[in-house]
Amino acid sequence: MVSACPFFENQYSIKMPTIDYKKLSVPYQTSVQKVEMGLWEKLYYPEVTRGLLITSGHFVRNMMIHAAHMFGLAKNQRGAVTYQYPEERRPIHRRLRGRHRLTKKPDGSERCTACLLCETVCPTHCIYIVPEEHPDPTVEKHPRQYEIDILRCCFCGYCVEACPCDAIRMDTQVQELSNWDRTRMVYNKEYLMRDVAGPGAPPKDDPPIWWLK
Amino acid sequence: MNTNTEEKTFTRVAEVIEEDVPVEEMFLNLGPSHPSMHGIVRIMVRLSGERIVWSDVEIGYLHRAFEKSVENCTWNTAIVYTDRLNYVSPIINNVGYCMAVEKLLGITVPERGEYARTALSEISRIADHLTAVGAAAMEVGAFTAFLYTMKAREWLYELIEAACGARVTTNFARIGGICADLPYDFMDMCALRLPEVEKVVVELDKLLTRNRIFIDRMQGVGSVDAEHAVAFGFTGPLLRASGVPYDVRRVTPYSVYDRMEFTVPVGTTGDCFDRYLVRLEEMRQSLLIVDQCLKQIPAGPVCVDDPRISLPKKQDVYTNIEGLMNQFKLVMHNHGIQPPPGEVYVSVEGGNGELGFYIVSDGKDRPYKCRCRPPCFPLVQAIPYMIQDHMVADVVPVFGSLNMIGGELDR
Ligand code: SF4
Ligand code: SF4
Repeated sequence: MVSACPFFENQYSIKMPTIDYKKLSVPYQTSVQKVEMGLWEKLYYPEVTRGLLITSGHFVRNMMIHAAHMFGLAKNQRGAVTYQYPEERRPIHRRLRGRHRLTKKPDGSERCTACLLCETVCPTHCIYIVPEEHPDPTVEKHPRQYEIDILRCCFCGYCVEACPCDAIRMDTQVQELSNWDRTRMVYNKEYLMRDVAGPGAPPKDDPPIWWLK
Repeated sequence: MNTNTEEKTFTRVAEVIEEDVPVEEMFLNLGPSHPSMHGIVRIMVRLSGERIVWSDVEIGYLHRAFEKSVENCTWNTAIVYTDRLNYVSPIINNVGYCMAVEKLLGITVPERGEYARTALSEISRIADHLTAVGAAAMEVGAFTAFLYTMKAREWLYELIEAACGARVTTNFARIGGICADLPYDFMDMCALRLPEVEKVVVELDKLLTRNRIFIDRMQGVGSVDAEHAVAFGFTGPLLRASGVPYDVRRVTPYSVYDRMEFTVPVGTTGDCFDRYLVRLEEMRQSLLIVDQCLKQIPAGPVCVDDPRISLPKKQDVYTNIEGLMNQFKLVMHNHGIQPPPGEVYVSVEGGNGELGFYIVSDGKDRPYKCRCRPPCFPLVQAIPYMIQDHMVADVVPVFGSLNMIGGELDR
C-alpha cells in the first residue's frame, strides 16, 4: 500500500470521526418556520401591498431627506445609500491599504535601505529593487531603482509588514489606479516618493498602521 | 413536488403532447457567461419541450491552481491565495487555513485573537448569506430585495475594511493570530451598523417569505432528501435545509464557538425555499454571535508571542538587533515558519458549508501539499439530480440557492 504522506511512518494518521447523520443532533437545534400556502398567501394582494409599503416607505423617506438637503436641513442624515462617486467619495477607513509610498528621511532622501525584505516576501513578485552603495559612507545601502508593478500587486500589505525600517507604507488611500499604458503602471522610486496631495494625503507623522499590532 | 392544481393540469397537457407528437429534444447551453450563472460555469441541458431530461455541469473556468500555487509560496504568503477561494467571505478561508497550520505547529491563539476571528468570520458569513439570498431573489424577479441586501453587505464590508484594511482581499488572519488588533473605532462602527443590518434582514423576511410569487418559484423546486444530500456530500445550509443538523461550529466546535449561544436552524424538505429560510435564520444567529463576541472580547495580545512564528513588534524591529534578526529570519526564504513534518485536516464552517484544509508539511518553509475541500463542489455535482424533470426556468432558482462561488469551486 502506498503511504499517504511520505514523511510519515503510519499511514493516514488522521482519524476522521464517523457521524451517523440519522442520529446526529446538536445542541440548540431548531426547525425553520414552516411556510404553507394558506389563504393569506393565495390571496396574493395583501402580501404585495405589504411589500409595496416597505419599498415606498424607503422611497418617501429618502425623498424627504433629499428634499431637506436641498434646503440645507438634516445634513447629518443620509438619504439614499449611494454615493455620487467622482464628486462625492465614500469615507475610507484609515487602515485601508491604498497605493504604496516610500517614506523619506528628514533630509528628503529615501528611508529604504535596500534590504530586499519586501521583494522577498511579496507573493506576486511585483517589487524590483536594484541596491547600490550610498555615496555617504555612514549609510550602507540605498536602492538605485525601486519599482512596483502595481498591475501585479495584490495589495496584501506584506511589504509594509516586512519592512524593518518603516520605509514603505500603504497609507496614501489612493485607490484610483488607472492609466492608458501598461508601462506607466510600473511605479518608480521618484513616483512612489512623491508627496500625495488631495483627499488621499496621509496624515503627517502618522505611525504605520501595523504598529497597532 | 408542488401539488397545486395548475401544475397538475400542465403536466397532463405535457404528457398528452409528448405521447401524441414526437417532440424533438433540444440541447441548450446555460452559460458559461450568463448573468444567472454566478461566476463562470456551464450547465448543459437537454430539453423535451420545456422539461429537462438530461443535464450536466462543466466547471473549471476559474481554475487558478490554488493547491499548486500554495506549494510554491511560504506558509504565510499562502494566506493571500486563500482570500481568493470564497471571495464573498474571505475571512473564513483565512481563518481555516491558519487554524490548520496552527494545529500543525501545536500552538494556541490568544483569546482576543480568537474572538476577533470569530466576530469577523460571522460578519463575513452574514455577507455571504446576504449575497446568496439577494441574488437568488433577484433572479426570480425580486430586484428590490437584491438592492437591500447589497446595501447591508456594503455596511458589513465597511466593518471588514476597518478591521483588515481591504474589503474583499482581506488577508486578515496570520499564523498564530491576526494581522493587527481591531481598530479603536470598531466597536462603535459595529454598534452603528449591525442593528441596521438586522433591520434589512427583517425587511427581507417581510418582502419575501410570504410572497406568493417567491413561494411559487422556490417551494418544491430542487429538493434533495437527507439521504441523497449526505450521499452527495452536502454540508452547510443546504444539508441543514434537508434536515440534517450538521454544523461544524456545533459538531466539532473550534475557536470560541463552544462559548457562544446560537441555534442551528434545520429545514425539512430541502427545497430552495427551505434553503432560503435556513440562510435567513442563520443570518440572525450570526448577528447574535457577533454581539456576544464583541461583548466578551477580552483585552490582550492578538497574536502569539513567539519569534519563530509571528513577526516581532515593530518597536523591537526598529530599535534592537534581536527584533531585526527575528524579522529577517521570518521573511527570508528557507528560514520562515517551519512546522514539523506531519499532516493535518482542519475544517471550519464556511459560508456554504464545511471548508476543510488538508495540509502536509515536510518540515520546510513551504507547504508540501495543501488540499482544500471546497464546500461548493459537492453542491454543484448535484445540480443534474436537482434539476432533473424540472422546467428550464427552475434551473435559475436552484442554481441561485446553491450559492456557487467560482473561486472556491474551481480553486
Ligand atoms: S502589497 Fe503585497 S503584492 Fe503589493 S507590493 Fe506589497 S507585498 Fe507585493
Ligand atoms: S523592506 Fe523596506 S527597507 Fe527593505 S527594501 Fe523594502 S522598502 Fe526598502
